[in-house]
Amino acid sequence: MERKYLLGNEAIAHACLESGVDFVCGYPGTPSSEVIDTLRAQPERPFYLEWSVNEKVALENALAAAWCGVRALCTMKHVGLNVAADPLMTSAYTGVTGGLVIMSADDPFAHSSQNEQDTRCYAHFARVPCLDPSGVQEAHDLIPKAFELSEEFGLPVIFRPTTRICHSKGDVGLGPVVKSTRKGEFKKDPRQYVVIPAHTRILHKKLNEKQPAIRKRLVELGLNRYEIRGKTAIIASGIGISYVEELLPAGVSLMRISAYPIDEEWLAGFVQQHEKVLVIEELAPVVEEVVRQVAGTVPVLGKKNGYAPYEGELSPSAVAVILEKAGFIPANPYPPVVPVPDIPARPPILCAGCLHRSAFYAIKKVYKDAIYPSDIGCYTLGIQLGVVDTTICMGASITVASGIAHSGEPRDVICTIGDSTFLHTGIQGLLNAVYNGANITVVILDNRITAMTGHQPNPNTGLTSCGVESPPVSLDALCRACGVTFVETIDPYDVTGMTALLQEAKKRSGVKVIIAKQMCVIMARRSGVKRGKYIVDAETCNGCGTCVRFGCPAIEFSNEKARITDLCFGCAVCARLCPTGAIVREGRK
Amino acid sequence: MSGSFDILIVGIGGQGTILASNILGEACLIEGRSIRGAETHGMAQRGGSVESHIRIDGVHGPLIAPGQADLLISFDLLEALRYSHFLKPERAMVINRDMVHPTSVFTHKLAVPGEGEVIEALRKYDLRLIDADKLATEAGSPLSQNVVMLGAASSLMPLKPESLLEAVKRLVPRKTIEINAKAFEIGRKAGGKN
Repeated sequence: MERKYLLGNEAIAHACLESGVDFVCGYPGTPSSEVIDTLRAQPERPFYLEWSVNEKVALENALAAAWCGVRALCTMKHVGLNVAADPLMTSAYTGVTGGLVIMSADDPFAHSSQNEQDTRCYAHFARVPCLDPSGVQEAHDLIPKAFELSEEFGLPVIFRPTTRICHSKGDVGLGPVVKSTRKGEFKKDPRQYVVIPAHTRILHKKLNEKQPAIRKRLVELGLNRYEIRGKTAIIASGIGISYVEELLPAGVSLMRISAYPIDEEWLAGFVQQHEKVLVIEELAPVVEEVVRQVAGTVPVLGKKNGYAPYEGELSPSAVAVILEKAGFIPANPYPPVVPVPDIPARPPILCAGCLHRSAFYAIKKVYKDAIYPSDIGCYTLGIQLGVVDTTICMGASITVASGIAHSGEPRDVICTIGDSTFLHTGIQGLLNAVYNGANITVVILDNRITAMTGHQPNPNTGLTSCGVESPPVSLDALCRACGVTFVETIDPYDVTGMTALLQEAKKRSGVKVIIAKQMCVIMARRSGVKRGKYIVDAETCNGCGTCVRFGCPAIEFSNEKARITDLCFGCAVCARLCPTGAIVREGRK
Repeated sequence: MSGSFDILIVGIGGQGTILASNILGEACLIEGRSIRGAETHGMAQRGGSVESHIRIDGVHGPLIAPGQADLLISFDLLEALRYSHFLKPERAMVINRDMVHPTSVFTHKLAVPGEGEVIEALRKYDLRLIDADKLATEAGSPLSQNVVMLGAASSLMPLKPESLLEAVKRLVPRKTIEINAKAFEIGRKAGGKN
């Protein structure tokens, strides 16, 4: 067996290769993206792979493949499952013949997300099995089991790693890659695949009848297991298991939960052998609720009585605090320590030369007192520039803009949305705004790629996930087809031109679209674009600070003068803004 | 105790903390030892503060509890101060003697401690200040600063220098093997003295 030091997502991807996966799709989202990024980078791909335009589209594709009897993997982040919730709920009714694994990666502490929802609740809601790994090796080992369970019960299986699994690393034992010989074949069966009321009522009953056998099987497979060591017990799930193992006091029993639904009878047998049970799990009290149902008179300590938090992520030190509070003495105490106060924060920032910064600059200049709905992408960082007033979920900038405009709010409404987000769920909002006569300006920040999650291609890029050329969608034609008559495309580095376009849009009523198009600066650098660097002529600089307020990380200010660092990529926007002409291209005077 | 040797590597997104973590992981594999790690991915990498947790001989979770790290390697002076509470008292801190000011310091005119103040505040630790930029340039490329820093910290880790050097050679781009091997050796020499 080969051992490698791998990122959780790389280990998961390898386990899919070991499972002979046939069909892979998904939409990028931190912390899930590297699974498909790893698979699409394989030198040999004996399977179909796509980045889909959104999670609903992805899941419907994967479901259909699994109906044809092949093994399908569909990846997304937790909030992507909201988008895919519609097919998810009914896919449990139709079931599958080939294994379907839906990886929905949760993000406790919202490291890179808009909320902290718990995918296990979706699994419970849809009545499908859910596997919840405790570490990188287990994440790897659970993938083949997920495919097997899916095929055994004819149900999609949700695989739910968290950020601390996806973006953790460990030495992982890997198995051999398996090349599948399956070929998709759709066997017509309207009673299974056409969910008219007469069929769906029967399918619902069948789904419910599968549940007891699933619960038993998860225990038989050893996915949920325990060791009796004393009169008190800790029940832990997911990554929480690894933190508890690090701190477990002697003489305390431990139950490990890595799969749902939990078999109540089996659980009751364990709980009732103890005088006190503490439940450790991240986010929702999914395990705790079942434990409480079966505990009888045994005291249960957890979130519901204030021993553990409902929000945020666990860590060794957080678990040590919970143990102490619950009357367990952790094997390692991890006493709290205080960070050094008042250090200036270093949040992520738009790159030097990022097109979004210059687009935002022009927007703010023309639309001074306006409402700025925005969306999800690198450009959400525009909050630092004061041009992001709302963000709620993918595609919700145009819809929020039209809602605000129709509410009677008298100020101008100008919203921003990235190309990938527009193609994900933005188009419907634009169509709706035009149809219903909203008075808004939409700026599509078009950097040709899905940048924030690691530069995945999208229908706008001109390449598929596997690097095959594909016709790039025309955003202009798409907007015009939705009924927009004012659609203009501009390079946002041309701040003067963009300002003039925005002024023109401001004069008009209805829906106006400006496409601010320029390659993502990281992609430009990778593809060898060289623009030269800019420097500040210290004699001409009068220290007015105009360039500093632009907020570019390449611009510093000391001794009353601006200075441009090595981060400069030569977008030249600051040179255009400088009122004294002190910023010039290096080597020119 | 958990028995692992816990290293925290901190810096700014783009400085190469992830490659440094991978090199340590590879060195552990070479020695047949277990390892756990956790790192920052996603949007937080865009010039933000980043951290990599590495637990040599780790068998449990990937995270190091604050106050429990055995060694801290920082690619930036200000980040060393930000994460200093992760280190056990009096343990070693290997720091790149360079400070990139967060952009907010300029745009919002925030106060930022000077080099002298940061060093003074960290005196209670075993400080090893490294001129990584200068040493990396000497090795052949300023891009090899992360390997210089690993070299400088190598004598403080329970890993053989040969394993680390082999890991460096395996993981850096082929064209840069010579430069990075040199960067490791130069860093190793610089880390020996204070």
